[in-house]
Amino acid sequence: MERTTIDLWVGIFVALGLAALLSLAMKVGNLTTSNIGETYAVSAHFENIGGLKPRAPVKSAGVVVGRVSDISFDPATYEAVVNLSIDKRYQFPKDTFASIFTAGLLGEQYVGLEAGGDETSLANGDQITQTQDAVVLEKMISQFLYNKAAEPSAEANKDANAGSASTDSGADALGSSPLDNVGN
Amino acid sequence: MTSNIVEIDNLSFGYKGRMLHQGINMAFPRGKVIAIMGGSGSGKTTLLRLIGGQIKPSKGQVRVDGKVVHHQDRTGIYQLRRKMGMLFQHGALFTDLSVFENVAFPIREHTNLPESMIHDVVLMKLNAVGLRGAHKLMPTELSGGMARRVALARAIALDPAILMYDEPFAGLDPISMSVICDLIRTLNDALGATSIVVTHDVEETFSFADYVYFVANGVVAAEGTPDDLRNSDLPFVHQFVYGEKDGPVPFHYAAGDYAQDLLGFEG
Amino acid sequence: MIKSVLLVGVVRVLRNIGHQVTRGIWRLGAGARLFMLTMIYSGESFRRFRMIVREIYFTGVMSLIIILVSGFFVGMVLGLQGYNTLQKYGSSDAIGVLVALSLVRELGPVVTALLFAGRAGTAITAEIGLMKATEQLSAMEMMAVSPIARVIAPRFWAGVIAMPLLAALFSMVGILGGYLVAVPLIGVDEGAFWSQMQANVDWQTDIVNGVIKSVVFGVACTMIALFEGYDAPPTAEGVSHATTRTVVTSSLAVLGLDFILTSFMINV
Repeated sequence: MERTTIDLWVGIFVALGLAALLSLAMKVGNLTTSNIGETYAVSAHFENIGGLKPRAPVKSAGVVVGRVSDISFDPATYEAVVNLSIDKRYQFPKDTFASIFTAGLLGEQYVGLEAGGDETSLANGDQITQTQDAVVLEKMISQFLYNKAAEPSAEANKDANAGSASTDSGADALGSSPLDNVGN
Repeated sequence: MTSNIVEIDNLSFGYKGRMLHQGINMAFPRGKVIAIMGGSGSGKTTLLRLIGGQIKPSKGQVRVDGKVVHHQDRTGIYQLRRKMGMLFQHGALFTDLSVFENVAFPIREHTNLPESMIHDVVLMKLNAVGLRGAHKLMPTELSGGMARRVALARAIALDPAILMYDEPFAGLDPISMSVICDLIRTLNDALGATSIVVTHDVEETFSFADYVYFVANGVVAAEGTPDDLRNSDLPFVHQFVYGEKDGPVPFHYAAGDYAQDLLGFEG
Repeated sequence: MIKSVLLVGVVRVLRNIGHQVTRGIWRLGAGARLFMLTMIYSGESFRRFRMIVREIYFTGVMSLIIILVSGFFVGMVLGLQGYNTLQKYGSSDAIGVLVALSLVRELGPVVTALLFAGRAGTAITAEIGLMKATEQLSAMEMMAVSPIARVIAPRFWAGVIAMPLLAALFSMVGILGGYLVAVPLIGVDEGAFWSQMQANVDWQTDIVNGVIKSVVFGVACTMIALFEGYDAPPTAEGVSHATTRTVVTSSLAVLGLDFILTSFMINV
């Protein structure tokens, strides 16, 4: 009698423990999204990847389609080589555009893919040629400050078109990248 | 084929600087009950551990069934131990097992008998020590004497050729004592075994032993049948058998001069 | 005069240190030897798995209540503290990540191991110490049954099996506690709680590493408890000292090993 009680309790204990492990893996961890399904590898060169890390998500239209498999440095071109493994179910045209975005203001960085119009699709081992670097906060701030510094002179010669034109282009550069990133 | 199942040959044992045994010779013929007697701390129990191969002698050897114990490897020693049954001083019953399971333990470990057969053997062994009715109890529910009888049933579970008793009378009331005395003799004769009893209770031992060894100061000080020893002229044996306070075994532990010890105290 | 007293004192201190060091090394060696023997005799105890099941009951099931209750409270505290800090930076949505990562990576394995040492470890030490004191281990040896195969190895494997399961339960209940505090009580968005957690807790680097940690802790805690019991002087005092040492040594070993393991894992 005692023996069967012990067996029952141990059975319950082990089942509970395994269930906890499984739910940690499925519900808490990302086992379901990361390791399931076959992938193909493509690479992309960036001049600056900011804080991008291996295993960061690759998103297209906000949907996770793959992961950053590894990051290395190419000493010939002084560029960062980012290898992406993308789910086989999703095919992208050859002229797809890869950018490094930040989720939220201080969130983690990820690679965003914007499909182009090419007929042929990216295959295993291909390289994405069109890339946009990560936004580095310090660069952005210094650019902003530079523009601010340029402003008073622009105001002084309101009639002078040349001055305002340069300010506009600067403001565009500043305005477009981070806001787009957030929206994406 | 020697008629002695256990032989102890010029055995010495001890730790650095303190030898417990210094050249002991003993022989244990088949079918006999032999007692090893001696004062507390004379290394009697250690002799049993040497026979069981739990420790190795510093010099000399112990032979069990013609095999030198400390030359055996682990399997060899385990094979020899299967011929032995040992009753520990306080029984050493497994406290997490019932009386029945305690007696069944060696049978389960060493045989593949079916459960029904184990059941029968266990009850037979318990019946032999008069505790068949207690088979469902836990060891904590037993009195000291009963616990020792259960341990005895466990020791004889596999019908050993050698039965060893470590202080079987220690801390027992007179009735339990005489029960154990009786059991030692009857079990020995019923099993055709050889019994080695380590004890210091003279009267009880002399009532059932065939032969007695006295151990003192690391050697066999005297040996013989109980009658020989009762009439022995050896002063040590006389002191021990009749329980005299002072004699060759001094009342005082070896010490320096008394006055010197008291007066020579320095902080 | 004073000089010689000082010298005697210094010599005594040095001798004490030397004694402690040699004793420590001796115990380390004896412990390693017991571990080797346990490994050698493990096959025998696996062939009779029932013995291990029995010990899992005493180590695992009996520790269940304390583990679940502690995990729940630790999780709730993490929820409160984490929210309090995160909301200052406007990222209270990350509360799920914080709770889950703290539990899965660190608190789950470590706190479980510490509780295990106090609950199951001391019980193992006391039991084995008493078995030794009452000559049960000697009796077993004289019956040609190895106490290591029959007593030590089953308890060892039971501990090693139970520990990761207990740690997983601790983390799971802790996350539940954190969830209850963050979502219904404080009002963090439920979707954000889970999705942020899932996006940032990695199966390989977080959960598998947490399990590896708890297996290592299981080996360490159980072995220490077994060794202290097996090595205890066969007296009441000896056994009580041994149980104290089990808690102290296990706790230090767990925290030390945690640092070593973490430093290996964090680089990956």
